[in-house]
Amino acid sequence: MSKTLIRGAKVLGGEPQDVLIDGGVVEAVGRDLSAEGAEVVEADGKVLLPGLVDLHTHLREPGREDSETVLTGTRAAASGGYTNVFAMANTFPVADTAGVVEQVWRLGQESGYCDVQPIGAVTVGLEGAKLAELGAMHESAAGVTVFSDDGKCVHDAVIMRRALEYVKAFNGVVAQHAQEPRLTEGAQMNEGVVSAELGLGGWPAVAEESVIARDVLLAEHVGSRVHICHLSTAGSVEIVRWAKSRGIDVTAEVTPHHLLLTDELVRSYNPVYKVNPPLRTERDVMALREALADGTIDIVATDHAPHPHEDKDCEWAAAAMGMVGLETALSVVQETMVDTGLLDWAGVADRMSFKPAKIGQATGHGRPVSAGEPANLTLVDAAYRGQVDPAGFASRSRNTPYEGRELPGRVTHTWLRGKATLVDGKLT
Amino acid sequence: MQRHLISAADLTRDDAVLILDTAEEMARVADRPIKKLPTLRGRTVVNLFFEDSTRTRISFEAAEKRLSADVINFTAKGSSVSKGESLKDTAQTLEAMGVDAVVIRHSASGAPYRLATSGWIDAAVVNAGDGTHQHPTQALLDAFTMRRRLVGRDAGLGKDLDGRRITLVGDILHSRVARSNVDLLHTLGAEVTLVAPPTLLPVGVETWPCEVSYDLDSTLPKSDAVMLLRVQRERMNAAFFPTEREYSRRYGLDGDRMAKMPDHAIVMHPGPMVRGMEITAEVADSDRCTVVEQVTNGVSIRMAVLYLLLGGNEPAVSHARPTEEK
Repeated sequence: MSKTLIRGAKVLGGEPQDVLIDGGVVEAVGRDLSAEGAEVVEADGKVLLPGLVDLHTHLREPGREDSETVLTGTRAAASGGYTNVFAMANTFPVADTAGVVEQVWRLGQESGYCDVQPIGAVTVGLEGAKLAELGAMHESAAGVTVFSDDGKCVHDAVIMRRALEYVKAFNGVVAQHAQEPRLTEGAQMNEGVVSAELGLGGWPAVAEESVIARDVLLAEHVGSRVHICHLSTAGSVEIVRWAKSRGIDVTAEVTPHHLLLTDELVRSYNPVYKVNPPLRTERDVMALREALADGTIDIVATDHAPHPHEDKDCEWAAAAMGMVGLETALSVVQETMVDTGLLDWAGVADRMSFKPAKIGQATGHGRPVSAGEPANLTLVDAAYRGQVDPAGFASRSRNTPYEGRELPGRVTHTWLRGKATLVDGKLT
Repeated sequence: MQRHLISAADLTRDDAVLILDTAEEMARVADRPIKKLPTLRGRTVVNLFFEDSTRTRISFEAAEKRLSADVINFTAKGSSVSKGESLKDTAQTLEAMGVDAVVIRHSASGAPYRLATSGWIDAAVVNAGDGTHQHPTQALLDAFTMRRRLVGRDAGLGKDLDGRRITLVGDILHSRVARSNVDLLHTLGAEVTLVAPPTLLPVGVETWPCEVSYDLDSTLPKSDAVMLLRVQRERMNAAFFPTEREYSRRYGLDGDRMAKMPDHAIVMHPGPMVRGMEITAEVADSDRCTVVEQVTNGVSIRMAVLYLLLGGNEPAVSHARPTEEK
């Protein structure tokens, strides 16, 4: 493999340095490096980060290839600066067997744009009634370490307890989609002033918070670790903060859109804003930002949820829930966390690479940018500002809430084990 | 007037009074031997009903026909999605047929708003009730009925409902009628009080421009009009209240309670009424109850709305009376 010299990059936002890549690993980091025959990338003060890791991606394959495939999804990931994504289990068929997770894993290997680690379902068919073969999925070639019924909550306390206990055998983690089903029957948006006015079924914060409260106590009781998907309320933050202070082994994620958007946008009845969990209030957004900054929330995860145009270009009630996020995540994090002074670039690397890789045990990812480490890297032009144009997305779907919105930052290069997957903003 | 009528909240005080005044003119048409105006001759109006509502559909149809519009009734039982065709596809089919206005009833809150704002269609859109969101022509006909009864039929022209005290009782949470009425009555200067068990009040109701009470008896003596809202029996299964009997005891209007109202106060109901639960037969059949008038007034209001959206900005009747037609 040829050498690449990245010249003048601000590693994790620090002083400009050169980074030499050779043989899929970082060979050297320092000033005035030279390497004969190396391809030189003039970074011009751009920010160099470890390749981003997304613990929560929907790749839709198998079953909904009209929305996304592993190939298109991983191309989208590379465009957004990701070198590793965890693919959610709510496919058709559900990823609840070794066969399905191996299929997804293999497709990821073949894509060459981004490593894919399948997430296994906690229960058969995501039905919440019977544990899936968690051990078989772990022992498969896919080596599943994260289990989730995302899209559905593991609402039965006994099933949740058993799952938490069972995955301890191989240090797995259960990622919970916290949504009490009875409290969210017919719910279509955040319950509050706006839902009351719009006449849309309200999704109360307590439906999320009560499940998180239960699950952290269950994790404490059985001595296991639990990961909470896409926190969306200030109350959820308080529960996770309390649980951590108590020593409970809990980690949590927030999506970029929950750091930026509020339920006021639903006044447009534009289903592009329909998402699960729903967009909350300004107060919640501020609490989530603060919690991400102080480490209460461990990571940013995209919950990239592609849907075809027809599933969104309709009335609100009929629309699918979710929005794409891989290609805009870093820009939204820069807008909400970096440009606001809440987080520096080292903090971004921590929340979007180091920690998600650690939680999901993504070998070779989320490593320091230093000699001897795998060359999974992302170069970001943080000075850029521009309007989001979904026509340029690599994802098969375009359901972004940011169309036409001006956001900062642009990923210009991504390297997966030293091989460029994105060069000057174009996929290789 | 705006191009569409989606929400009562979109109406200014002057818009609303204009509609009420125009409806008074339209009401006179009903007194004529030939109840028809040529105003919308050559215009096509589609009644696009994705949800069952015989009463509202017939009211709109009567209004449209009295204005000489060409009327197409499209009734899709269940949702558009369950039929396999999206609202967008249906809208574009109608657009291709050269429709001038779409009166839409839909179980999904926001469907009329999407229809009006998504570029799917150029026609004027009138919301005939969407989910638990809005039912603006119902609010207008209610306000029209109140103005006639509380201010006076001719004396009310040009006037609003300033200072009138209106009480809405029942399932506020699921009621598009309540939302529309709160918005419109507030715009018209009335003081609105919502009365319901806490389970049937939406979270955030404290930000609405109205008072809220759990106690009907204390509210009645202060009310110029009491509007009862239909309580769906299936709500009991979702534990919104313990039993029908308990609901009736606490929030139903019977003769004894009606006696606590001021003498001039009226009883209203958007229908259909559940007699014996939310209203007793004694009250429903009393001359203080305006349910039948509300139905009649609904046609006048819908004529006024369609006229103002499609017909032009001149006074409706000055060039529409039969004597002037010749």
